[in-house]
Amino acid sequence: MNDPGPYRPLTYFQLMEISLRELLVEKGVVTEEEVAEEVEAMRKRGYERGARVVARAWVDREYKQRLLANGTKACEELGLEVPALKLLVVENTPEVHNAIVCTLCSCYPRMLLGIPPEWYKSRNYRSRMVREPRAVLAEFGLEIPERVAIRVHDSTADMRYLVLPMRPPGTDGWDEERLASLVTRDCMIGVAVPKVS
Amino acid sequence: MRVLDAYPLGHVRTPFYIRGKTGTIERLCGAFPNPEELAQMRDGLPAQPLYRVRFRQQDVWPDYRGSTDDVVEIEIYQHWLEKP
Repeated sequence: MNDPGPYRPLTYFQLMEISLRELLVEKGVVTEEEVAEEVEAMRKRGYERGARVVARAWVDREYKQRLLANGTKACEELGLEVPALKLLVVENTPEVHNAIVCTLCSCYPRMLLGIPPEWYKSRNYRSRMVREPRAVLAEFGLEIPERVAIRVHDSTADMRYLVLPMRPPGTDGWDEERLASLVTRDCMIGVAVPKVS
Repeated sequence: MRVLDAYPLGHVRTPFYIRGKTGTIERLCGAFPNPEELAQMRDGLPAQPLYRVRFRQQDVWPDYRGSTDDVVEIEIYQHWLEKP
């Protein structure tokens, strides 16, 4: 038999979630099935959705222009449903490196990147990314040269952000699927850049 | 534009660290119901214009270490902005 580990009481937030969910079900606002389906859908949405958008922008110059002009519409063009997401795509160039943070809470383009990593929600990342971005990026293994400006986007209100990284050298002639395989979640938050291994 | 150096109670989407700082408008994002009103269960209308404002990091943090071109961009509602 598997050892389930030591007994751990529910946390405050787990209790809150259970209480609220049971109340909503009792009042007929939602059903348990609907909650379970939504949780499942959220778990299934991964950063591969965002990677598809980036790869398309790398191979199609006109698509890239549309993406930078209206991120939400450009995602819909690829059949990616992004309800309620007002997406701003910010482009890395040889002169500018972009990175995303939400200092107030943990706003994140979940529809494109899935559930945010724990560190994105940590006080450490949220407070230091605006204060000393170069030091934080270095901790992710990303050294940005002094001649490249760092543009930090604090996602404080209604927009959500996605970084469009630069297409790495050595990828000429690659198709979209292969290109997309280079685009990690961290590349689209701006704490990493795509690399050909 | 300068961000108001105000400290009202409630659900405010203007971070403390940027209040009283001066930056330039990068773009208008559109108009959105005022979150401070929404949090009070009111309709938040009329919608408030929302701007993205660009601040030089050296203006935000006097001891900032990095390029003088480094910036932070933040969404600020119009009622939080004033002419310096």
